[in-house]
Amino acid sequence: MREFGYRRASDVPGAVALLGSDPDARYLAGGTNLVDLMKTGVERPGRLVDVRGLPLDRVEATPAGGVRIGATVTNSDLAAHPLIRDRYPVLAQAVLAGASGQLRNMATVGGNLLQRTRCAYFADATGPCNKRAPGSGCPAVRGENRNHAILGASAQCVAVHPSDMAVALAALDGVVHYETAQRPGELPLGWFYLPVADTPHRETALPPGALITDVTLPPAPVAVRSRYRKVRERASYAFAVGSVAAALDVRDGVVREVRLAYGAVASRPWRARAAERTLTGAPADAESFAAAADAELAAARPLSDNGFKVTLMRNLTVAVLSELAEEGAR
Amino acid sequence: MTTTEAPSGHPTTTNEAPLGPTMTTTAAPLAPVRAVGTGHVRVEGRDKVTGAARYAGEVPFAELAHGWLVLSTVALGRIRDIEADAVLALPGVLAVLDHRNAPPLKTDYVGLLGTVPDPTCAVFQSDRVPHRGWPVALVVAETSEQAREAAEALVVHYEQVPHDVEFTGDRHDTHPADGHMPAVTDKGDLEAELAASAVVVDATYTTPEEHHHPMEPHAATARWEGDRLEVVDSNQGSTWVVGELANLFSLDPASVRVRSEHVGGGFGSKGVRAHQVAAVMASGMVGRPVRVVLTRRQMFTLAGHRSPTVQRVRLGADADGRLRALDHRSLSRTSTVYEFVEPSAGVARVMYDADAHHTENRLVRLDVPSPTWMRAPGEAPGSFALEAALDELADKCGIDPIALRLRNEPEVGPVSGLPFAGRNLRACFEEGAHRFGWDRRDPRPGVRREGRWLLGTGTAAASFGAGAAPSTASITAEADGRFTVRIAAADIGTGARTALTLVAADALHVPPERVRVHLGDSAFGPAMIAGGSMGTRSWSWAVMAAADELRERLVPGAAIPAGGITVRSDTTAAIAALAQKERHSFGAQFAEVAVDPATGEVRVRRMLGVFAAGRIVNPLTARGQFTGGMIWGISMALHEEAARDATSGGPVGADLAGYHVATHADVPRVEAYWVEDDDPDDPVGIKGIGEIGIVGAAAAVANAVWHATGVRHRSLPIRPDRVLTGGRDA
Amino acid sequence: MALVTSSVITLHINGERYSLPVDHRTTLLDALRERLDLTGTKKGCDQGQCGACTVLVDGRRTVACLQLAIAAEGREITTVEGLADGDRLHPVQQAFLDLDGYQCGYCTPGQICSAIGVLAEHAAGWPSAASADVRPAAGPPPLTADEIRERMSGNLCRCGAYTSIVEAVARAAESGPASRTAVVPGPKEPAA
Repeated sequence: MREFGYRRASDVPGAVALLGSDPDARYLAGGTNLVDLMKTGVERPGRLVDVRGLPLDRVEATPAGGVRIGATVTNSDLAAHPLIRDRYPVLAQAVLAGASGQLRNMATVGGNLLQRTRCAYFADATGPCNKRAPGSGCPAVRGENRNHAILGASAQCVAVHPSDMAVALAALDGVVHYETAQRPGELPLGWFYLPVADTPHRETALPPGALITDVTLPPAPVAVRSRYRKVRERASYAFAVGSVAAALDVRDGVVREVRLAYGAVASRPWRARAAERTLTGAPADAESFAAAADAELAAARPLSDNGFKVTLMRNLTVAVLSELAEEGAR
Repeated sequence: MTTTEAPSGHPTTTNEAPLGPTMTTTAAPLAPVRAVGTGHVRVEGRDKVTGAARYAGEVPFAELAHGWLVLSTVALGRIRDIEADAVLALPGVLAVLDHRNAPPLKTDYVGLLGTVPDPTCAVFQSDRVPHRGWPVALVVAETSEQAREAAEALVVHYEQVPHDVEFTGDRHDTHPADGHMPAVTDKGDLEAELAASAVVVDATYTTPEEHHHPMEPHAATARWEGDRLEVVDSNQGSTWVVGELANLFSLDPASVRVRSEHVGGGFGSKGVRAHQVAAVMASGMVGRPVRVVLTRRQMFTLAGHRSPTVQRVRLGADADGRLRALDHRSLSRTSTVYEFVEPSAGVARVMYDADAHHTENRLVRLDVPSPTWMRAPGEAPGSFALEAALDELADKCGIDPIALRLRNEPEVGPVSGLPFAGRNLRACFEEGAHRFGWDRRDPRPGVRREGRWLLGTGTAAASFGAGAAPSTASITAEADGRFTVRIAAADIGTGARTALTLVAADALHVPPERVRVHLGDSAFGPAMIAGGSMGTRSWSWAVMAAADELRERLVPGAAIPAGGITVRSDTTAAIAALAQKERHSFGAQFAEVAVDPATGEVRVRRMLGVFAAGRIVNPLTARGQFTGGMIWGISMALHEEAARDATSGGPVGADLAGYHVATHADVPRVEAYWVEDDDPDDPVGIKGIGEIGIVGAAAAVANAVWHATGVRHRSLPIRPDRVLTGGRDA
Repeated sequence: MALVTSSVITLHINGERYSLPVDHRTTLLDALRERLDLTGTKKGCDQGQCGACTVLVDGRRTVACLQLAIAAEGREITTVEGLADGDRLHPVQQAFLDLDGYQCGYCTPGQICSAIGVLAEHAAGWPSAASADVRPAAGPPPLTADEIRERMSGNLCRCGAYTSIVEAVARAAESGPASRTAVVPGPKEPAA
């Protein structure tokens, strides 16, 4: 880890000013990802601007019936918040499925959105990786790729996004709000993460120096019946092999509204729009759920070792939607 | 121990006895006569729960400098150049040690355990790089932050040549390898007996590269004072490490002292390693104490590991399950610099006889790090293959898996022909079947469902050798009525310190509060290491011998002089006089699993083991040894696997997020019991219990997965993708 | 202007104040272990992947290895050394001792600090991934063995002492509020 400067910001304009346009500077919040990456040499910032103490640590109901989540709200506080647990149980479950109690106490909502992939090749600073060292190559394409992407990847990078929380936010139409030295801005989660294409090192659409301030969720009555299911290679404290965030509203046996997002299958949380379209208005039964998953997964391009993810995601989709439909019928 | 009313009104246990170390019992007051056999909390327990227990990297040294190892980033080749000067100019950097300035080491010796040193620990002796992650330099600096940054900044130029790390079962460049047992045993006409068998199982099983990963990374601080060397270290045997260091550096062993008071786990990985040797070199170079601690990532290539295995098992049996043919062949892998075999085919030499019986351990040399002993070397992967094959045979014969095993109980050692010094496997199975509820089991696979889960149960047998090795101990009768035991034993979490306290107390006919055990110091003389399930047995023997003699020396009623009365023991002759027999622990493992066929998730719901493992010294800590081993079995069955990248030749995901060991949520209720296992002819009666718990445990889980789903999983770990692809490798 | 890469900071640990110059790279874990001789907090992986370095920061369990020391300035830090009240062990420590909730002991301080955090979080009504229903209307989840296992899963124990650790956490919970509070004496005069 190289030597670095450290400043603590006390307000948002101050934080943005402290960072300035320095490409060598990083915001530090919980540090659960950044400090680790600094130790492994993947990140080598020259300056840190500590934003953990900013007054962005509240979860509030919005007048429209949604919620506003401050960027420095810890994962723990988010998952424990009555508003989230009541209106968006899928979000609370997604957060609780991630990391460990200790890490959730440290990690923040803003940092969670910006965490880097857990691709082992990315994490090994002694080897090639297009995301870490553009142009150096992607060893995962022909290497150990069991846990890599089946959707939306490119020949340049097949890494997956590690966040559980972001999968739920994608299903809930979350909007990311940020501040820059010039003006504030916002990005719907669907636009927040950039496609991999030939630039896997460019991960988000945030302008340089931008500081995430809040995430807002619009009202989503469908989320009253929602669920996050995560499959991993250990029962807890492990990144996903595949996960599903789903919300389902069934009336008279027909799907009135459905939200579906997949985790650990792409470089970003994968909103399953094709599946949603297929399912809306269809009978709420296993056959429809499977057809919806197939519609989404038709675009899957598995690698040498991860073809099972297509089966997994199909099965997970059917299982979770069936559970939600059954509960709704009770 | 006394129970007092604390100020807050909470009853609490405190230790106010004027004599002795912290010693409280869990429930009932101490039995006055026999300490062995009654549960005792660990004598160092208070230090461990308050953080007062200091491990190797935590003992303070004045003027301490920090060393950081630099590892190769190529898998095969030579070092062309190391740009040390640039790094020496960085803040705080004191020295860069590499093959150009390192002192020469002697490596042509045979150490305490009868083995030659792994060249991975004889650091910086040449420009050769035999695997990725090989130690090429040590950077020494004032602080650990400076050392780390300088080590990362050190530029090393390599001349790289193509490497070969592909481990497969069909390689032709393999050779039979002896290790700590003969490579091959053979009797009878295998092909003829297979041809004559009514039922045949012929299956290949694989286990992956596995790593010990004790929670405490390897750490050592070395300090020279004149020509005397002191090392504070984390190891499994302090006199063992002294012997290795003395040999490597051509020193008089009497001028080397190694202390290792508390050890944060070892599992076979904590012998002499690159970090101690580098620290010793560096300390001599900078004239200050130097501490070197391995990072978790470095442990993947420097701490040893368990080789992957490919094992073919062929069983031929009569229709009633009696074995006519048993053939177990195992291939494992070693580095190009060191010969270490994972002797997985050795299990059948103890467990099962057959008219034709063939076992064979083979080895292939690849450009990978050196493997080493890891908890139940040979038995852990070997029992997975053999006990899974037995389960397949039971299914094919339509015989209950326990009945099949009991039908094939040998009278004498299947290979040695020697009598067993106790073989209580039958009692283990009977007790275990009763406790587990085995008699209610429907043998049909794939027919039990609970919600999204398919349920199944499985069983397997276990055995592990009960050897002993020469050790010395001293006991001092102190003037104040206490007794001080000194032995260069290691308590790596086994509870050895407490066990030896109880053993000494009984042998001295005093309550354990009057006994204090000091261990982990090479100054106490030669002793067996904590390994091979031989530590507690070997050390207890030496302690009992010293105690017996001391009791004879003490005159009732006579005062003890101020300096105390000390006697020393040495068990070399007694162990040599031990009759040749098959000496082992045995066990029966049971597991219940739930499998979600839609997601491939496997959860162990219940695990139960019954063991015949000699006299149990401390039931409280023994339970942890057994269940800890069984939990290793869960971890081996479902989680553990180190990936290696064929292109780079190096580990992939070399951290504890990439290498999964079981965590709390993976571990259900795990129960361990034991049955009587007395051998009146054995002078100690105590067997080691550190390894038997893992043996057969993974097989029991895998057999339960078959019972749940009807699909055999012959490759570990049983990952979600493997379940989803029906046992065919994803 | 030269970049400032070290600072003098004040840490509040176990009710005491410690002033020390730190390299900004120094983690809270290394500050405790290498600078302040508070070696009870263990370094198992240094990457947030094992939990051995768990301490309580402002009453919440966190991993000290991913916490920069300078960023911990001004926060109340409790380590395993700060739990016992003189000779009287914290209820969680006592339960680990009595029920043999460890073997080698290296993960133990982290397990103990984590357990205190778990019991506090549970008492506050926080759900977990093991909870059947996270909605507030479902009420606080009962502290079953499965709840303890899930909540403690950030603490690896390679010896495999999980069975007795879970028993110890359950036993400690019977002590009520004392089990979920880090007993720290009031602030004292600066120690350094």
